[in-house]
Amino acid sequence: MENLLQQLLNGVTWGSIYALIALGYTMVYGVLRLINFAHGEVYMMGAMSGFYTAHWLGFARAPSVTGLVVVLVASMLVCGLLGAAIERIAYRPLRGAGRLAPLITAIGVSLLLQNAGQLVFGADPKFFPPLLQSHEVFRAGEVAVSNIQLTVLVTALLLMGALEYIVQRTRFGRAMRAVSYDAPAAALMGVPVDRVISGTFVLGSMLAAAAGILVGLSNPKIDPLMGLMPGLKAFVAAVLGGIGSVPGAMVGGLLLGVIETLVTGYLSSTYRDAIAFVILVVILLFRPTGLFGAPTTEKV
Amino acid sequence: MRGAVRAAVCVLSWALAGLACSGGQSSDTIVVGHVASMTGDTATFGRSADQGIRMAVEEVNAAGGVLGKKLEVVTEDDRSVTEEARSAAQKLIQRDQIKALLGEIASSRSLAAAPEAQRAKVPMISPGSTNPKVTEVGDYIFRACFIDPFQGAVMARFAADELHAKRFAILFDFKQDYSVGLAQFFRETVKKNGGEIVADERYTSGDIEFRAQLTTIRAANPDVIFVPGYYTELGLIARQARELGINVPLLGGDGWDSEKTLEIGGDAVEGYFFSTHYAADSDNPRVQEFVKGFTAKYGATPDGMAALGYDSAGILAASLKRADSTDGVKLRDAIAATSGFDGVTGKISIDANRNARKDAVVLKIEGGKFRYYRTVGAE
Repeated sequence: MENLLQQLLNGVTWGSIYALIALGYTMVYGVLRLINFAHGEVYMMGAMSGFYTAHWLGFARAPSVTGLVVVLVASMLVCGLLGAAIERIAYRPLRGAGRLAPLITAIGVSLLLQNAGQLVFGADPKFFPPLLQSHEVFRAGEVAVSNIQLTVLVTALLLMGALEYIVQRTRFGRAMRAVSYDAPAAALMGVPVDRVISGTFVLGSMLAAAAGILVGLSNPKIDPLMGLMPGLKAFVAAVLGGIGSVPGAMVGGLLLGVIETLVTGYLSSTYRDAIAFVILVVILLFRPTGLFGAPTTEKV
Repeated sequence: MRGAVRAAVCVLSWALAGLACSGGQSSDTIVVGHVASMTGDTATFGRSADQGIRMAVEEVNAAGGVLGKKLEVVTEDDRSVTEEARSAAQKLIQRDQIKALLGEIASSRSLAAAPEAQRAKVPMISPGSTNPKVTEVGDYIFRACFIDPFQGAVMARFAADELHAKRFAILFDFKQDYSVGLAQFFRETVKKNGGEIVADERYTSGDIEFRAQLTTIRAANPDVIFVPGYYTELGLIARQARELGINVPLLGGDGWDSEKTLEIGGDAVEGYFFSTHYAADSDNPRVQEFVKGFTAKYGATPDGMAALGYDSAGILAASLKRADSTDGVKLRDAIAATSGFDGVTGKISIDANRNARKDAVVLKIEGGKFRYYRTVGAE
């Protein structure tokens, strides 16, 4: 029982990373009907910019909460700009060019960032500086909770809460929902569609950057190809929750993390990567709209 | 004007011809290839081995070279990717016309490169691949290190005798032949000696999250955990193990032998043990001389892979001298006849299966350094 609790805790923490990345996929899909396959690379860039910020500002040598917050905010800003730039340069010129062209462009951007990353940062894995000194926060029987797991979980939940607030309670959020519901009609009502789309990329990319920092904190190995697998897994999580649905991405991410952890803990890690894609196939076969997606018909 | 252009073309083509000549292999060098992971997940292995090889070759050349010629090393990076080791070996054999091939460290990548060398009849010496299958590829494939049945047995006996372990857990990388082999021989030795394997978990190279496997291992309550993987994952595993409150020692093999183990693992790898090929703090004068020369040249203490690279190039140079030829067959027979070569990783003799027979050392991680703990003999 204690073992199961520990595994669930491991799974939820791991899943919160997927959830943060999945949110970016789902929001962009919501406004553009585009699977932004470069999103995993934004997550990688988040971890990389955190790595360099921590070293430049000297937080790498002196672990502190301030350091973590500064690095987190800095890398979210960098990736927010990167997300806006990707949208402006790679996707906006293709607006109205059908759905296939932007999709292929997205894969191109993803490859570009992976290879540029290898050129600029080097192909070697880097060790993400420990921004927090790891210690046990509390222990109930066998279940050990470290400050790092707690930080990852709390930060992820806070960010998801903030996003939910922005989407539901602010003018920008309302505009985003309007564009998602019917972009041409929203444009006729005076909603600046391009700005909203740009803002959506910024928001999604900031969350991916946060995921990159949190992974650096709890699994401190980063490299230019680190975005590949988590990017695909987060995409699965977004589909699992129902692509286009914000709560769906959160639940899908957490669920996928828990499933992977349980499979690894109780069956074998051999199946860990396979299970995510089995889930993708099963969901697409039996419930293509995912757990939270409204069963709508394709708009023509 | 036209005359000037013609003169310029002449000068240019002459210069290019000169360049082509100096760029290609002139007849006064013997070209040796090195397939190495210069970048990627196990980059320190390739770089260390390359430094060791180049240092040995420089020493040989300074002493007059072999067969009246200088040795020249051409290194091809495989980026720590199994498939690329094969194409790197092909490139060296076809483009550079190498007479012998050195490399790889990782067994999976040596296994990918070896068939190319065997087919081209170019003798290959792997400095550090310990999986038995590597030299079984063919009679042109050798290694300068001991093999996994020995290394696995050493650590299993060490855990039982020195650490009085009764309950053993294993966490291995099932994508790496090296790790799978080491885990298998550890498991067999433990069972033969009446120990109990209480947990047998696996991961994949490149994984960063190990808490699920470690939680399962923790529940099995082992006395030691054998982690026969490479240093990148080991550092993360050690950190996550400490976070989960696992306090029993982790043991490993020569895949830990890298400065990066200390950098990534930090405090979390303190007090752990691993078997490897040599100890830099040994009092053997041969080793001390090597460490001094290497440190002066590269500004770092040589790790096990640097020492193996140095020895593999040394064995090759000595064999070339004895063969008195760069012919593949003669060179192969000379390498096979190596006996009592005085290397920095011990006295090396090549046995009938083209493996090196020699002792292993166990190092302990203490105060952020690798320290010599004890030597375990080759039976």
